[in-house]
Amino acid sequence: MQANNNVYAIPDALPLQFLDRLRSREALLLALLLVVVVVNSMLSPYFLDLYNLADSTQNFSEKAIIVLSMALVIIGKEIDISVASIIALSGVLMGAAAASGLDTWMVVAVGLASGTLAGAVNGLLVTRLALPSIIVTIGTMSLYRGIAFIILGDQAYTDFPANFAAIGQTYFFGELVPTQLLIFVLLAALAWLFLHLTIYGRRLYAIGNNPMAARYSGIKVDNYRLALLTLNGFVSALAAVLLVSRIATARPNMAGGWELEVITIVILGGVSIFGGSGRIPGVILAVLLIGMVQFGMQLINVPGIIMSIVTGVLLIASLVLPIVFGKLYAGSKR
Amino acid sequence: MSAPTSLLRSREGQLIFFTAIFYFAVGIASPSFLSLQTLDAIITDSAILMIMASAQMMVILTRGIDLTVAANIALSGMVGALIGMHWPNTPLTAIIGASVLTGLSLGLLNAVFIALFGIPSIVVSLGAMTIYRGMIFVLSSGQWVNAQEMPVSFTVFPLDRLVGLSNLALIGIIISILAVLAMRYTRFGRELYAIGGNPEATDYVGINTRARLFTVYTLTGGLAGLCGYLWVARFAIAYTEIALGFELLTVAACVIGGVGIAGGTGTVLGAVLGALFLSMLQNALPVMGISPFWQLAVSGLAILAAVIVNSRGQRQKGMQILRVAH
Repeated sequence: MQANNNVYAIPDALPLQFLDRLRSREALLLALLLVVVVVNSMLSPYFLDLYNLADSTQNFSEKAIIVLSMALVIIGKEIDISVASIIALSGVLMGAAAASGLDTWMVVAVGLASGTLAGAVNGLLVTRLALPSIIVTIGTMSLYRGIAFIILGDQAYTDFPANFAAIGQTYFFGELVPTQLLIFVLLAALAWLFLHLTIYGRRLYAIGNNPMAARYSGIKVDNYRLALLTLNGFVSALAAVLLVSRIATARPNMAGGWELEVITIVILGGVSIFGGSGRIPGVILAVLLIGMVQFGMQLINVPGIIMSIVTGVLLIASLVLPIVFGKLYAGSKR
Repeated sequence: MSAPTSLLRSREGQLIFFTAIFYFAVGIASPSFLSLQTLDAIITDSAILMIMASAQMMVILTRGIDLTVAANIALSGMVGALIGMHWPNTPLTAIIGASVLTGLSLGLLNAVFIALFGIPSIVVSLGAMTIYRGMIFVLSSGQWVNAQEMPVSFTVFPLDRLVGLSNLALIGIIISILAVLAMRYTRFGRELYAIGGNPEATDYVGINTRARLFTVYTLTGGLAGLCGYLWVARFAIAYTEIALGFELLTVAACVIGGVGIAGGTGTVLGAVLGALFLSMLQNALPVMGISPFWQLAVSGLAILAAVIVNSRGQRQKGMQILRVAH
């Protein structure tokens, strides 16, 4: 923190006391994460194994990288319901590219380009026609997955070049870290740098808090919106590359329901659905929390759908408890 | 302005006009589409969407969104199906009552968090929809309840005919008409428009905003409960993934019907017509010999076209922020 001798240094938030930090969203998520880790390691002897832990991240890393860009989108007061459909569309297009005999690099290029284009279409509809992103992406959600169905019907592409499949099935650092996890860590660092250390990140908060005021301050709000939604398309396509190469299958119904899961994790991580607030560390903790709960439940053979109950309860509880405690706290002070 | 022009200028008028053109265009291509049977099938198919689009319209009108409707339908339907399976002698009214009650209590739960705690409805319903979905699995232990396990009266009712129309279509039409009347002519309905227009102002005027929101979400839950029974009985099957993604279809029907997502504008008639249009689209594709796999993309295009048309009417001209230097 800057020294206070500069009279023009206006802090953008009150300095945090230790107690404030304890009551922050991140602290709450961290505490929950610790509880989950302890409970998991008591439930199963296989949990606290470095290789198992690193491997377990494969089940949620693809979703997790979209969580990062979705957090930026929501902080910027937009939303994108079409991410899962973009995965399906670019996945199916990659399958078609592979089936037509293109090599691995071209297949990946087709996937990334189609997803980026899909995101850009969202962005153009939102900015050029001044439409709300929630409606646009509900429409493109049907459209993109619909195109995937037109291309492939109820079939699936399963024939991919061998080195394409290797992308999502390779491990780094002594067979420990899967590609997905590596990419998540890199993107998380990038997102953190961008949001918290650059002027563009600060502007994103300004836009999220009050787009009109941001516009009057000279920020090109629509450029940011377009960039955010395009980025989200690109990142969804990246997730599609990782997912398709890992499971070596592309079908139009893949990643069903991911859009709402991703948004749920973002909000759990402390990002306000109305935009303008939230931090990357919180979002990362939310990803880890959900991932570890999921892994723990797999270890003790709990069906995946129970996981959705836990996720929902966590989301609502994380919003209700601070309100309830806040009221109790205010009451005790009186 | 003469009556016909003002009708054509209204969103509902355009939609009726467009739906009619679409209907007859498909009919010219394949005359069987114009038969009474097809019309009957379209109305029966759209009944559940009509009901839930009307409910979603109330929610969106008050600046909210309810994403739990599909999960609520599936859970309430499962409750009805399980009662029918374990106690086949339960009277049908009691089973329907149980489904409605289940839906009502789920809606009440949403209402507590949204109206009392003031948590954004999109967040609450996002969390609640996954919880409700999971509860179906817990209740049914992941099993399906199929037609043979349901009492005959249970599955026969929706498609039974009373006055020419199927019960399902009849219920859909009656509830839609009630919703139109309620939103247009009752104090409650007008207050919802006021809340959507400006919630703070309605508070100052003395309208109990929280209480109205509470009613809206509870009522939506109750209607979802009724639709839960209708859905399960109509398709004669209950399992965890029933109506998956239906929540966004109800929103789509509202958007096509001209309900403004920012709240305060739109009519129930528009939402119902939107639902009818989406169902007609689904019925038209197979008649025209188009693969059903086109359905999703075509609905997506319809939604986008509707939003673009909607926004054109109310588009504001760009604001000049800086004066041009001389």
